[in-house]
Amino acid sequence: MKELFPVPHVIGFVSSLLLSLIALVVIKFDLSFGMGMTILGVTAIIQACLQLFLFMHVGENENKTALLTNIGYALFVGLVTIFGTLFAMMWGYQMI
Amino acid sequence: MKWDEFFVTGEPMIYAAMVSIVLVSIAIPAGLTYFKKWGYLWREWLTTVDHKKIGVMYIIAALLMLFRGGVDALLMRAQTAVPNNGLLDGQHYNEIFTTHGIIMILFMAMPFIIGLMNVVVPLQIGARDVAFPRLNAVSFWLFFFGAMLLNISFVIGGSPDAGWSAYFPLASLEFSPTVGNNYYSLALQIAGIGTLMTGINFLVTILKMRAPGMKLMKMPMFTWSILITSVIIIFAFPVLTVALALMMLDRQFGTQFFAMQNGGMDMLWANLFWVWGHPEVYIVILPAFGIYSEIIATFARKNLYGYKSMVYSMVVISLLSFLVWVHHFYTMGHGVMVNSVFSITTMAISVPTGVKIFNWLFTLRRGKISFTTPMLYALAFIPIFTIGGVTGVMLAMASADYQYHNTMFLVAHFHYVLIPGTVFGVIAGFHYWFPKVFGFKLNERLGKWAFWFIAISFNITFFPLFILGLNGMTRRMYTYSESTGYGPLNMLSMVGAVGLTIGFILLVYNIYWSTRYQPREVTGDPWDARSLEWSTPSPVPEYNFAKTPVVDKLDAFWFAKKEGKSLTEEGDYEPIHMPNNNGQPFIMGVAFFFFGFFMVFSWWLPAIIAGMFILGTMAYRTFEQDHGHYVTVEEIERTENALRGEKK
Ligand code: HEM
Ligand SMILES: [Cu+2]
Repeated sequence: MKELFPVPHVIGFVSSLLLSLIALVVIKFDLSFGMGMTILGVTAIIQACLQLFLFMHVGENENKTALLTNIGYALFVGLVTIFGTLFAMMWGYQMI
Repeated sequence: MKWDEFFVTGEPMIYAAMVSIVLVSIAIPAGLTYFKKWGYLWREWLTTVDHKKIGVMYIIAALLMLFRGGVDALLMRAQTAVPNNGLLDGQHYNEIFTTHGIIMILFMAMPFIIGLMNVVVPLQIGARDVAFPRLNAVSFWLFFFGAMLLNISFVIGGSPDAGWSAYFPLASLEFSPTVGNNYYSLALQIAGIGTLMTGINFLVTILKMRAPGMKLMKMPMFTWSILITSVIIIFAFPVLTVALALMMLDRQFGTQFFAMQNGGMDMLWANLFWVWGHPEVYIVILPAFGIYSEIIATFARKNLYGYKSMVYSMVVISLLSFLVWVHHFYTMGHGVMVNSVFSITTMAISVPTGVKIFNWLFTLRRGKISFTTPMLYALAFIPIFTIGGVTGVMLAMASADYQYHNTMFLVAHFHYVLIPGTVFGVIAGFHYWFPKVFGFKLNERLGKWAFWFIAISFNITFFPLFILGLNGMTRRMYTYSESTGYGPLNMLSMVGAVGLTIGFILLVYNIYWSTRYQPREVTGDPWDARSLEWSTPSPVPEYNFAKTPVVDKLDAFWFAKKEGKSLTEEGDYEPIHMPNNNGQPFIMGVAFFFFGFFMVFSWWLPAIIAGMFILGTMAYRTFEQDHGHYVTVEEIERTENALRGEKK
């Protein structure tokens, strides 16, 4: 029975719920902008690592090139989307 | 909500549609009962996990949707054929162009391509199925029920009417109070999740399930194009998922993401939409490029010119396609800097595309060309698509785009890319791989007639729109006065649309005619082609390959034919492990349909029940024990002997 019960996954699941709850603090309490952002940023990074290592098994990949290409591509698309959006919608908006 | 709000009322055309829907939905079950086909339908199709059958279902759905989107197109062309026409009113016209756009892109082009890749990719790489056959069935049923959900909108509740791009603030609850755009957010969401899973499935399939010896650089070009497409799907579709979820929250749960006040940002929708939308354009065009590469190499009897540069240009396109999205809203009001940057990236992306055009031309050069129907589509594609590409570069210049933006010029441009690109591509692929799936070719004479009708009428329909656009006719305009002078060219375009209709009818008639009269095909390789799928007998047995082929180079099948070698090793057959059919994906799809429908009308309790049911089907899957089945050696021998008509 012990082998059948996926302890790490349950812990992972519970902690990702917990992290979401902590993030909720930001709208429930009157925090400063910087404080709120810090909480969101930190919980988001922990959350992402949890997903990557526990549920997406990043550590268990033998094929390092495929893994790195994939992460590189994901970073490229993610960063381009975020900073491209900021560039187009805020920084570069009606800038001459 | 009152009943007369629930059903769309007051339009004779809609009543006629309702009657026909009721008739069809009585006729289908009645016919199935009469011919005793319920069991067959359930066992062979609804529960299937076979990639070939799933592919065929995708393609049938796509053809139906082509018909639906085509009728919409005809109605629009008929409405604008003469000035001050009263066939459709403004609201109805809005609903029709919106539905036309959504259906053509998401429920015609996408499933057609996914259908072809389902049929072909496992065969081309020497695999027996995709990596996750069960997931593949889930993908199909999510797409199918998403599409059905959108399709019922025009009789129940009203269709989305804010354009296929559903820009805010127009698409917000305030300006589009009907449930139409709820259908948009939910139907696209359901179908989109299916597509995302297809992307993951094919990425894994291509990376993990290639025949021994098939290195990445020895894969057929179509498989390469699907690999790249899958990558783009995986990275682009989540953006759509998020944007649609935000749209739903805004419209139904009172959030303000895309609102104009309270810190919301209406143009953020357009931004997110096109972050997905431009890569989406490449998702529907790259597979077509792959299809053309196969067809041109086969019928020019030459290997593909510049294989490596083809691959690299696709990789570059996959990266650049994420860098250009702002060109869809240059006129929004951002500064010169933003527009210049995105102008440059847009022009840059035309370079790898141009490389591919030259590769095809060089493949054709000095080839022994045979002018079959699929080849005709491929040949027509090159010049027509080039017109689309050149006008695309015109639109890419931000300052000039202020002139072209949202005029008929744009409409002409994107049809000039999408029709020769995607539509000709999938039709060519359909003709090309048809004998593989069904065991006989489509008739060439009828096929060529259809081709000429389609190719010529296409230009008659859409070339006038370039001129109309430059003369100032805007897009999505439901009528115009005679003094504008737009009448004659619009009439010409209508003539072309009728010609296109005749072409498509010929195409469908060809399927019917060939099924009845076309001679059966026995070799499995009717075109004398190059890649592995043609080494299997036609129609392909359930397990695809009795023995796994071993590959040592690109076009290994072609060289094996030339040298009289075999691609498989000596020895006896071994039992083959195959996945079992299962009804869970279909049932889950039905549950998603009801969930989506209840959500559209904000009927929370039924929606929650349907949602629980969906979770239930997933839980069932989690605890299910299914180890598949084995095809025995005797059965393989029997099948192979029957199909190949010879002893092994
Ligand atoms: C079969 C022949 C076709 C005809 C005659 C046709 C005609 C039209 C017309 C008249 C419009 C509306 C123009 C306007 O008033 O703004 C339109 C819009 C559109 N069409 Fe087509 N079309 C055809 C095929 C296709 C195909 C195959 C696709 C995609 C694969 C497609 C995608 C679109 C899109 C995305 C829009 C924009 C919808 C919107 O404004 O929201 N069309 N088409
Ligand atoms: Cu674009």
